[in-house]
Amino acid sequence: MRLVYFAWVRERIGVAEETVDLPADVATVADLVAWLKTRGEGYGHAFENPAVVRAAIDRTHVKPDASLIGAREVAFFPPMTGG
Amino acid sequence: MTVRIQTAPFDAEAEVAALTAGRTDIGAVVSFTGLCRGDDGLVAMTLDCYVEMAEAEIGRLIEAARARWPLEGVTVIHRHGRLLPGDPIVLVAVASKHRRAAFAAAEFLMDHLKTRAPFWKQEERAGGAAWVEATEADDAAAARWAPER
Repeated sequence: MRLVYFAWVRERIGVAEETVDLPADVATVADLVAWLKTRGEGYGHAFENPAVVRAAIDRTHVKPDASLIGAREVAFFPPMTGG
Repeated sequence: MTVRIQTAPFDAEAEVAALTAGRTDIGAVVSFTGLCRGDDGLVAMTLDCYVEMAEAEIGRLIEAARARWPLEGVTVIHRHGRLLPGDPIVLVAVASKHRRAAFAAAEFLMDHLKTRAPFWKQEERAGGAAWVEATEADDAAAARWAPER
């Protein structure tokens, strides 16, 4: 699965994108966040308050309980500030 | 319907003219241009963007607007990259037969674009660079269009 990060989420994690093989018990976006937090300090910092980090699956906004089944690209980013 | 995500500047007048060129069925065009404001010693602003999602999400917002109002044409252009005070950031132009639909759809698009289109602003001042935080006012502006979203 491809993971992409933006704005301060990317800065804290230290990479813009990566490809990962998920453990079998990672079923939802919230599970994925919990798993990523075990992968190092940068991830812990990026997701220290998971409620403020938004997610998209295959370029569509999703909630933390969204299933990862069939997902190709999951993005994590702060609340949007465009316009 | 036109959606463009680009680093290059745009010409708002030319975009509006293109929207109505050769048409006699359009009675109203409303256009909004957002500019980079040079507040508090702002040196530059860099917009980070998830380009592929921005195109898809803005397309979905335009479809939502078209479901609510009869629109004859819509152009949305959003820039990313490093911008300077005075530079145009975003253009929303909406053409309709009647003004009310054009005004309302343009505002609906801007309100949702600010909270749903994947762009992030980083402000650069003499002291360094800082990410702009999303405001509750923006969420409230988008929420007043409920129950659409």
